[in-house]
Amino acid sequence: MSSAFLQTDNGHPASFDTDDATQPQSQTSPTRRSLVRCISPAVLNLERVFEQNRQRLQKKDGVPAPAAKVSDQASVPQTKGKPRLLLMGQRRSGKSSISSVVFHKLPPSETLFLESTARIQKDSLNSFMEFQVWDFPGQIDIFDNPNFTFDIDAIFGEIGALIWVIDAQDDYLESVARLNSTILNLQRGYPHINIEVFIHKVDGLSDDYKLDIQRDVTIRIQDELSDQGIENAPVNFHLTSIYDHSIFEAFSKVIQKLIPRLGQLEAMLTNLCRTCRFEKAYLFDVNTKIYIATDNTPEDMASYEICSDYVDVIIDFTEVYGSPEWKRSDEWRARLEGPPWLQTLENQVACEFAESGMVLADAQRPIMLREVDRFLALVAIMKEGSYDKMPQINMNVDVVVKGLIEFFEITKTKTGIAAVGGGTPGAVAVEGGGDGRL
Amino acid sequence: MSDFETTAAGGGSATAASATTMSSEPGTQAAQLKKVKKQKVLLMGKSGSGKSSMRSIIFSNYLARDTRRLGATIDIDLSHVKFLGNLTLNLWDCGGQEAFMENYLSQQRAHVFSNVGVLIYVFDIESRDVERDLATYVNIISALVQYSREAKVFVLIHKMDLVHPSTREQVFEERVSIVRRKTAEAVAIVRKQKPEYPASASVSEGSGMIPDIDLDMQLFATSIWDQSLYKAWASIIHDLVPNLGVIETQLASLGVAIDADEILLFERTSFLVVSKWTSPEGETNPWGDRFERMSNILKAWKHTCSKFTGTPRNAEQFSDFEYKMGPNFSMFVTKFTTNTYILVCMPPGEARFNSAKLNVAAARPWFKFLDGPVVAPASAGGTPREGTGSGGGGQLHQQHPQEYGI
Ligand SMILES: Nc1nc2c(ncn2[C@@H]2O[C@H](COP(=O)(O)OP(=O)(O)OP(=O)(O)O)[C@@H](O)[C@H]2O)c(=O)[nH]1
Ligand SMILES: Nc1nc2c(ncn2[C@@H]2O[C@H](COP(=O)(O)OP(=O)(O)O)[C@@H](O)[C@H]2O)c(=O)[nH]1
Ligand SMILES: [Mg+2]
Ligand SMILES: [Mg+2]
Repeated sequence: MSSAFLQTDNGHPASFDTDDATQPQSQTSPTRRSLVRCISPAVLNLERVFEQNRQRLQKKDGVPAPAAKVSDQASVPQTKGKPRLLLMGQRRSGKSSISSVVFHKLPPSETLFLESTARIQKDSLNSFMEFQVWDFPGQIDIFDNPNFTFDIDAIFGEIGALIWVIDAQDDYLESVARLNSTILNLQRGYPHINIEVFIHKVDGLSDDYKLDIQRDVTIRIQDELSDQGIENAPVNFHLTSIYDHSIFEAFSKVIQKLIPRLGQLEAMLTNLCRTCRFEKAYLFDVNTKIYIATDNTPEDMASYEICSDYVDVIIDFTEVYGSPEWKRSDEWRARLEGPPWLQTLENQVACEFAESGMVLADAQRPIMLREVDRFLALVAIMKEGSYDKMPQINMNVDVVVKGLIEFFEITKTKTGIAAVGGGTPGAVAVEGGGDGRL
Repeated sequence: MSDFETTAAGGGSATAASATTMSSEPGTQAAQLKKVKKQKVLLMGKSGSGKSSMRSIIFSNYLARDTRRLGATIDIDLSHVKFLGNLTLNLWDCGGQEAFMENYLSQQRAHVFSNVGVLIYVFDIESRDVERDLATYVNIISALVQYSREAKVFVLIHKMDLVHPSTREQVFEERVSIVRRKTAEAVAIVRKQKPEYPASASVSEGSGMIPDIDLDMQLFATSIWDQSLYKAWASIIHDLVPNLGVIETQLASLGVAIDADEILLFERTSFLVVSKWTSPEGETNPWGDRFERMSNILKAWKHTCSKFTGTPRNAEQFSDFEYKMGPNFSMFVTKFTTNTYILVCMPPGEARFNSAKLNVAAARPWFKFLDGPVVAPASAGGTPREGTGSGGGGQLHQQHPQEYGI
């Protein structure tokens, strides 16, 4: 009955695979936790695929990998292949706040106490995809620094995206000018790097004002670039604030561009929505509330918000009542597995993964959540009255979850662990309280 | 449903031995239950300290950030908050500008300070002039002790979010000892003036020391930006709720009957914890702040739902919330009586879960009194569920959900 994603808990702390050895910080953050505790060490490594993808892209576009590449890789071997997000911008524009709120669950109000960043802050994140976030001190200019020469290639060689943060509540002309020169510098050696401009701290600004700023910033950048003869540079704009969902939504967009075979994931979700008559489905990275894929219906901030808050609620419930800190006693288990049940708790449950459902009062619209693996959860808004069809829906969801697991398995390295049955949670199909064998 | 009955039969005698009943309640219950209770609650403190903000969040579904729009309260803003069916809070939100304060202490003294059930006094941790704040506080306490000796006092050290997290505890502790000392002094002075107020037994008279306060006082560190608000206000509300003993007994019976590890009962609008029951196993849960945390989470969730559906925040937003964490635990939060939601945390297991949900539904009538003044039952010992096949004077049966099903 044990699956690759769940081990029965005998009091052993979750052990991680040796694959993690290169990744010292990856599992330390105390707030990060999978929904179901003590999960197998199977870690999803997309980096290999990412790397292939990147090389293929470069080849296809006929842009050779920078010459310095090889030697550079030797100098920073531990970061090889991990997509990197660089956070840059003026001092106090909100870079450290963003990275703390999104990746370390810092309550937004506590960012008031963040100190100014003195050196590059490197975070390694071990999620559905391993990536790095580099938070730069605002005052340094890496291309033009009198005191120190940065190894530009070490910084940009592995890059996934450059996120440029502009404080919308402040005078942004200097920031835009620096961004322009950065883009020009990058266009020479690394034209594929996505430039993601976060027009930040837009909380408290009127909608009209936000759009005005966005328009103004866009024009200033486009004009400068076309003056320099550059068209179609990969520059995107996002209006963000750490006080609402916009920062998570923006990161979702940024990260989705780095996911290989995203289209395939989206197709799976689109299919699920059709067969189950879901209004909208999201695949969430649970730790960061970034959605890594959704179905093909039009984007809808409102449904992203409620699904994202749903994940939050489940994380809180899990922490309070399902954390390893609250270890149930042996007597507790013995009583629950004793007569008349005479079954292990594992056999008394219908689904070995975390699952949840909730009905909105207005039109009896249910929302459901299903854990996919230790990083991902599927959340879907259902149509009115679908609650009656839950058994069929659950079966369809099982199939999709299985598909998703396989999707990520493909890239998983052979780790030497008996990763058996990982993609075959076949027993789950016996749904709907079918424990009547007793 | 049919699958389920099979299991239920299997589990029929699961822990029958330990099944508790709710007998003895029905007969005595009506007699015990108190009528509608009114409580005068004073909300005081310097202007801008956050009084109106807190009350708007707790009782009027404001979000923390909405409070930035609140203007200063002019004189006294009186509101009648219905809490559950049989408690009315007469909330006196007293504008804190100096002129008003002076007026409360002079012209309006008797009017404001008579018949007070609870005084909530709010200190702004950011305030520059602590000495002055304390002087005003002492005057208020004196007036309170003079007119409403029985009143409970809650002191909230507020806006703690503005203090660096690493020094919060220390800053709070310092304030607590100052406020306690000032309170004791204030009480002592009043007592000297009015010798007819007996000192509490613990005071050693004539020892020359400051006598113990016989004022019932609690202090809390609060902020509208986190769950601390819910902890303080749940304590404030807790002792005011009528029939608490009955609620607690019945929650315990329910908890044992359904094999739960924890049950929390929330008031519908505020999502304050009205009552709770925890099994011995549940007592080993190390998260001591979980009650206010659950209030905070569920209230935020209610707001999320309201934003999504476009229905008003005070409307009912969700009816049923289930979560099963594989073989670790299960829980559900559901509408319980008209005025309450119930949260149940329990061991895993599909059959156990279904049975618990049915039993919780079946137990609803037992908590009817939460929704309004009690109507005398039709017959002596009449159970709220007369006529159902449960037999045995409204006992709640362990693991026999089929009796209540449909
Ligand atoms: N940072 C922070 N600000 C708060 C907190 N509570 C309230 N505020 C802010 O303090 C300001 C004043 O709050 P009010 O609730 O109007 O103050 P009040 O005590 O009713 O003032 P008066 O009616 O004049 O007596 C508002 O802008 C609130 O947003 C808190 O816990 N932390
Ligand atoms: N209003 C508002 N303030 C923000 C936001 N993000 C960050 N801040 C504030 O901006 C200040 C500077 O943030 P910090 O992260 O240190 O900036 P950095 O120098 O770019 O790393 C802090 O006081 C944050 O609280 C936002 O979205 N809205
Ligand atoms: Mg910084
Ligand atoms: Mg006010």
